[in-house]
Amino acid sequence: MNRLASEILEKTPDLSTLVLVGMRTGGIYLARILQDKIKASEGIELPIGVLDITLYRDDITITNQHHFVRKTEIPFALGGKDVVLVDDVLFTGRSTRAALDAMMDHGRPKTVRLAVLIDRGQRELPIRPDFVGKDVAVLPDESVEVLFDEKGKVKGAVVEKRKS
Amino acid sequence: MSETLTHAAKEISWDKKDLLDIKSLSADEIELVLNTAESFKQISERDIKKVPTLRGKTVITLFYEASTRTRVSFEIAGKRLSADTVNISTSTSSVQKGETLIDMAKNLEAMAPDAIIMRHNVPGAPYILASRLAASIINAGDGAHEHPTQALLDAFTIREKKGRFEKLRVSLIGDIAHSRVARSNIFCLTKLGANVTVSGPATMLPRYVERLGVRVVSTIQEAVEGSDVIMMLRIQKERMGKVLFPSTRDYSRFFGLTPDVMRGALPDAIVMHPGPMNRGVEISSEVADGPYSVILDQVTNGVAVRMAILYLLLGRGGGYEDAH
Repeated sequence: MNRLASEILEKTPDLSTLVLVGMRTGGIYLARILQDKIKASEGIELPIGVLDITLYRDDITITNQHHFVRKTEIPFALGGKDVVLVDDVLFTGRSTRAALDAMMDHGRPKTVRLAVLIDRGQRELPIRPDFVGKDVAVLPDESVEVLFDEKGKVKGAVVEKRKS
Repeated sequence: MSETLTHAAKEISWDKKDLLDIKSLSADEIELVLNTAESFKQISERDIKKVPTLRGKTVITLFYEASTRTRVSFEIAGKRLSADTVNISTSTSSVQKGETLIDMAKNLEAMAPDAIIMRHNVPGAPYILASRLAASIINAGDGAHEHPTQALLDAFTIREKKGRFEKLRVSLIGDIAHSRVARSNIFCLTKLGANVTVSGPATMLPRYVERLGVRVVSTIQEAVEGSDVIMMLRIQKERMGKVLFPSTRDYSRFFGLTPDVMRGALPDAIVMHPGPMNRGVEISSEVADGPYSVILDQVTNGVAVRMAILYLLLGRGGGYEDAH
């Protein structure tokens, strides 16, 4: 996480328009951790938004899975901002696609970059991360989960066979 | 991608094809609708009031009775979810040529709609459609039976203003016997734990209404006193076979909500009305447009609640919090 934070800072010359948007739910915790780390080193508290992508998923009417809708909370205007979109695990890229569409319906950011804690590969869409915590090689039928403790700190990650 | 939550996943399932009544819903299911509607409300508050969720779905509104608010509310709800909405009002449809309900429904089904939102003057009419068609049927009012989405939007508005249902004192005042809104609200609010009181002229109170778990009082003053929520009902001239009160002036003198009656209300009481209002009959303009009134909030919330219903029925929504 330290390295992610410093990489973001390194590649962002102007912090005044930088904002973090966390994708529910893991991405929210990670966005808060990044916010803390950047505050500690730069003394600036970056604004944080929360994105729920449920309504923008491309499988909502084709899977039998149930999806509970929760709130999107972006308490600032996105226009002209340099957004860092934060997610825990990057896999097919479909969630990222949904997040980009959801965000564009809220405003027109100047730039959007993607920060993920774990990139597990196996993309199905032309999407790539700008900042990666760790590349993890797993089989297509395995799932990767990032675990958080009650305080929202990263406890670790587990790889296991997918249930379905 | 997966997520791990610090709290356990909520196991509320929504497996209904149709929304026909409140009576068959559980308190958990009602709360799932309200929670889902909460997330949908913000869509109507942004610049781009549309999400792509129900793209490619077709929603038909089939209204055998007059309506402005409910029909428009459903149409807007469908459009904000990117569904294609088609409106049929029977005054301009082949019902005028004598087509039966079943034939009409079969013909609509042949065009593969995903949902049919139906209002009919005969109680139970939506059930007939629901049992024969693959499409989801939403009851938008069937005679004096039920109007489930109205009760859900009322519950949403009450929760938004009062934050709870447990032990909340809610009074329904007016024409209880002919009101589908009253029936659905009584079912909904008692399931959620509210204490419901009804009041109205004796000719407009159904016999044995107390068996629904409500308190009955005979004057509007008793109903208003100590109530957190005052819900006025419309005088339904179209559903009355005979004259149930001498004149509208008499009605308003005894059961009209006026500033005078409101003097006996709690300072933080809210006044609701499902619309359309008969100003000067069951509610005076001073109260309808006054500080206690949340009548227009009800209309705003109606869109969010109907979006939630369409989503739950058509989007395979609800259920457990997802791991994506």
